[in-house]
Amino acid sequence: MLENLRRLGSYMMVRGLLLFLTVAVAIWLIIIIANLGGAMDKVIESEIKERVGAMLQNPDIQQLPAAERLRIYEQNVEILRRQYGLDRPFIERAVRYLLNGITLNFGYADRLTSDTGSKQVKLILLERLPHTLLLWGTSQVILFFLSVFIALMLSRRYGSLADRLAVALAPTSAPPAWFYGILLILIFASILRVLPYGGFVEAPPPPTRLGYALSVLKHMTLPVLSVIIGGIFSAIYSWRTFFLIYSSEDYVELARAKGLPGRVIERRYILRPTLPPIITNFAMMLIAVWMGGIITETVFAWPGLGRRLYEAIGANDTAVIVGANALYGYLLAISVFVLDILYAALDPRVRVGAVGGQRL
Amino acid sequence: MTLWMRLKELRRYPSALIGVAVIALLLLMSVYAVIRYPYSQAISLWRAGERTWIENPRNAAPFWYNWFGADLPLTVKVNLNEARLVDQQDLGGGVRRRLLVLSFDYPWRGGFPTEIALFYDTTFQRAAPQAVLSWRTPDGREVPLGTQTLRGSGRYLLSGDSTLARRLGAPPQEALFRDVRLGPNGVRADRPLPGRYELYVDLYTFEPDTKVDLRLVVYGQLHGWAGTDHLRRDITIALLWGAPIAIAFGMSAALTLTLWYLFISALGAWYGGWVDALVDRLTELRMILPLLPILVMVGMFWSRSIWLILAVLILYGLIGGSKGYRAMYMQARAFPYIEAARAYGASNFRIVRRYLVPRFLPLAIPAFVNAIPGYVFLEASLAILGLGDPLLPTWGKLIQDAYSRGALYLGYYYWILIPAAMLFLTGVGFAFVGFALDRVFNPRLRSL
Repeated sequence: MLENLRRLGSYMMVRGLLLFLTVAVAIWLIIIIANLGGAMDKVIESEIKERVGAMLQNPDIQQLPAAERLRIYEQNVEILRRQYGLDRPFIERAVRYLLNGITLNFGYADRLTSDTGSKQVKLILLERLPHTLLLWGTSQVILFFLSVFIALMLSRRYGSLADRLAVALAPTSAPPAWFYGILLILIFASILRVLPYGGFVEAPPPPTRLGYALSVLKHMTLPVLSVIIGGIFSAIYSWRTFFLIYSSEDYVELARAKGLPGRVIERRYILRPTLPPIITNFAMMLIAVWMGGIITETVFAWPGLGRRLYEAIGANDTAVIVGANALYGYLLAISVFVLDILYAALDPRVRVGAVGGQRL
Repeated sequence: MTLWMRLKELRRYPSALIGVAVIALLLLMSVYAVIRYPYSQAISLWRAGERTWIENPRNAAPFWYNWFGADLPLTVKVNLNEARLVDQQDLGGGVRRRLLVLSFDYPWRGGFPTEIALFYDTTFQRAAPQAVLSWRTPDGREVPLGTQTLRGSGRYLLSGDSTLARRLGAPPQEALFRDVRLGPNGVRADRPLPGRYELYVDLYTFEPDTKVDLRLVVYGQLHGWAGTDHLRRDITIALLWGAPIAIAFGMSAALTLTLWYLFISALGAWYGGWVDALVDRLTELRMILPLLPILVMVGMFWSRSIWLILAVLILYGLIGGSKGYRAMYMQARAFPYIEAARAYGASNFRIVRRYLVPRFLPLAIPAFVNAIPGYVFLEASLAILGLGDPLLPTWGKLIQDAYSRGALYLGYYYWILIPAAMLFLTGVGFAFVGFALDRVFNPRLRSL
């Protein structure tokens, strides 16, 4: 048992380190792509101007004649430009940008401000993260359990009408969630007028905590529903297929022959060995969903990270766009990491040399 | 079994037949679009601005709304050469008077026109021609509309004439068409009177060589197969052109990347060691690189051209291979026929090229078909974010236009639903075929 944990721990360490290096490479690539359009340098320029502007607020300087003020301004911009290395070759700057990128330190936004009034890119992005996590956490958990549950049920009733219907409906998952989102808005907001077009909470927000929660729930209904509709049938299809393949294995037949109850067979003999591929599937879906979330949040005006990216596009705010890229890189890496660990914990082959028969 | 025989097995799946039909329809649409509106013409029409489309109604719904009993008006146009000349007089000194009647049928009961405009094009030396206008309704009422000076080329927008609106007590396009009779319950119904309407134009020209051309346009509420947008553009053009763009974009990305994954994963799995490690690491890197935000960056900082986006998308895909294929190749390494190939001295690269990749090529066919909708919707996603191609009309851009102009609030549902239906058809059509192909080529799935 302890040995298992130790192995799992060292596996996690190695994986974590590898993933971190991968994130660093990813952020570096993002920075290169951004700077091919000169974007990163622009971010630094605007940060310099922000700082020098703040410096000039000093009353002593304010009293000087305009020409003198301009001279001081330009002098300071020049000093800072040198300090930030804008006069050096890009390779040198790239190292600095990379370090900033890894710490999500993208300086100050050009136009956007955070809800708390800050212009720091890090705050502008991170304040939206809880909303995104709330929406995607909820919808993914519902989607996952619902589809696994239904798939198990269908694999038991293989060939029934419900089974065939679910298979026939699988292609409806080809359009992404936001596509169904638009249709849901059309039906429930435009025509029936029972649910809001979008947003996070009513304006003004309800004063009581319960009222607030209910209002958020009401605003969440359509986005969550669109994610579920967009993913449910293909998820059911692929998991049902998995269960069917595994339930025709010899050891399952043997368990049946032994007369084990159906529930035990399902849990121990079918679900257990199919979990690792399910997890992989789930990971790929999650990654697709992070990206799809940008549009879904935009369509529903859900104040999450994706919507922020959309706002940054509208405001042409370079720093926020590059920062969002890096943050998404992190989010994807964390998803991969968490699922890796789950995978390792579930798949006995990963725990090489595990003491026979023991479970984690 | 040959590839062709397997493909023929698709006939056993009704869903696949539907999918094939949908794809065939899209291909036909593409061919028609490219022939009917060549690339440059499509772009210039779509970017032409309001002048090109001035005779189309704004935000009109598709004409087939009337098939469902809407009875909404279409646009009516009457040219000068269709006009009836009732009277003409020579008043001396080069002054001429002509009384012209522009008449048209208005058979619709379901709604009023959206606008009424009199277009004119005149050439004269010093004194511009003048027109005294008057309106005759089918029930014989006469409404004087005042006098207009027809200077150069332009249009007199009756529906935008606030003085006229004040005099009539309602927007002219409604007041001039309203059925004023009292209903049986003594209430006046708010609906148009169907019948023959006439515009009397008493035209005075002051110079012998003055030329006048007139054209009356009564804008309806319906237009074309797909309606019009806020700039009066005919959505049909964008709808047609969306097909070749979506298919070219989706297919080229899916084809290139499917083949690449097949090849690079084989390379990694066969050579093993650092090659495998590198490919695997790169695959992981791709999983972590956020595709959509990167494309957003490209769109924001470089260019929004759809072909550049496609190039970046393919470059992104070239990073690494596929974990699924890698696992398959790992198993295939031990197959006897590979061993035989090694025994006769085939080089490593030859084994990858001639024995590994071809064996799994059929398995990649469903993957290729299934990948297409993803790329089509990716293009639409970028368009929704406002990063669509600046020149070409695409389905995603239509939805974005409609969405950002509040089509859902204002009730212009067709504007979103028609391009959405096209996207849906494309997505589901390819998915139908892809799912069936999966069963044909994946024997494990066949019995399920």
